[in-house]
Amino acid sequence: MNSKTLHLKIPSQTEKLFTVRTFIAEAAIMFGFDEESLNKISIAVDEACTNIIKHSYNYAPDKEIEVIVEMYNDKFEVVIIHNGKSFDADLIKSPDMKEYLSQYRHGGLGMHLMRSLMDKVEYKNLSDKRSEVRLIKVLPLKVNK
Amino acid sequence: MSNFKIDTRETSNIHVLDLKGYLDAHTAPELEKAFQSLLDKQKYDIIVNCKDLTYISSAGLGVFMAYIEDVRKNNGDIKLSNMSAKVYNIFDLLGFPLLYDISKEEAEAITKFSSKQK
Repeated sequence: MNSKTLHLKIPSQTEKLFTVRTFIAEAAIMFGFDEESLNKISIAVDEACTNIIKHSYNYAPDKEIEVIVEMYNDKFEVVIIHNGKSFDADLIKSPDMKEYLSQYRHGGLGMHLMRSLMDKVEYKNLSDKRSEVRLIKVLPLKVNK
Repeated sequence: MSNFKIDTRETSNIHVLDLKGYLDAHTAPELEKAFQSLLDKQKYDIIVNCKDLTYISSAGLGVFMAYIEDVRKNNGDIKLSNMSAKVYNIFDLLGFPLLYDISKEEAEAITKFSSKQK
């Protein structure tokens, strides 16, 4: 079932987000996504890595983030692994945007964006204190077959 | 390598920020500085021209949210213009057009400020 896997490791630094987005965009093109889907996946992965740098590693620049792209026949999965602080994604509810905007709130939109842009977002605690975020996007043309 | 740049200019008492490149968690502090610098000078009529802005993440959106309330309390506004479809789609996905005045062209945003200033 598993057809192709790509790996990237980056230090936990926001200046590496550009590298991650380029890596994801190239993989998404290879998989056959159109530009709109490619952009959505790149932003979602950027948000996941940003959350890890900010919340899991508290901006420590010498930690590691591993990004793995798994391309299956009908879906594209991006797995992001870190060994910083894990968090319970179920506790983080997506905001009511009308309320959010009318109250001039800011911050906390990363996970909401990830959920809006991808078909599925999963969080899992692995062994050795590692955690993964898995972002899943299905290729629309193959779904409609 | 810096892949984000802000040029500032002034036209009829309106301050325009021209954004170029990628606005993410790494580059968002540069936009914060640009807004803060205008607020420090009590400049509250601001247009952000997004013609050459190729990317925005929630960190970039957060900067707009951080300053809009202060600017409006001072009878000013942050108006946005010249957005590409790619960037507009992210604003739209989160409902930002409900709160922000987004014009197709910078000239429209200038006209809106000018009618207010009269």
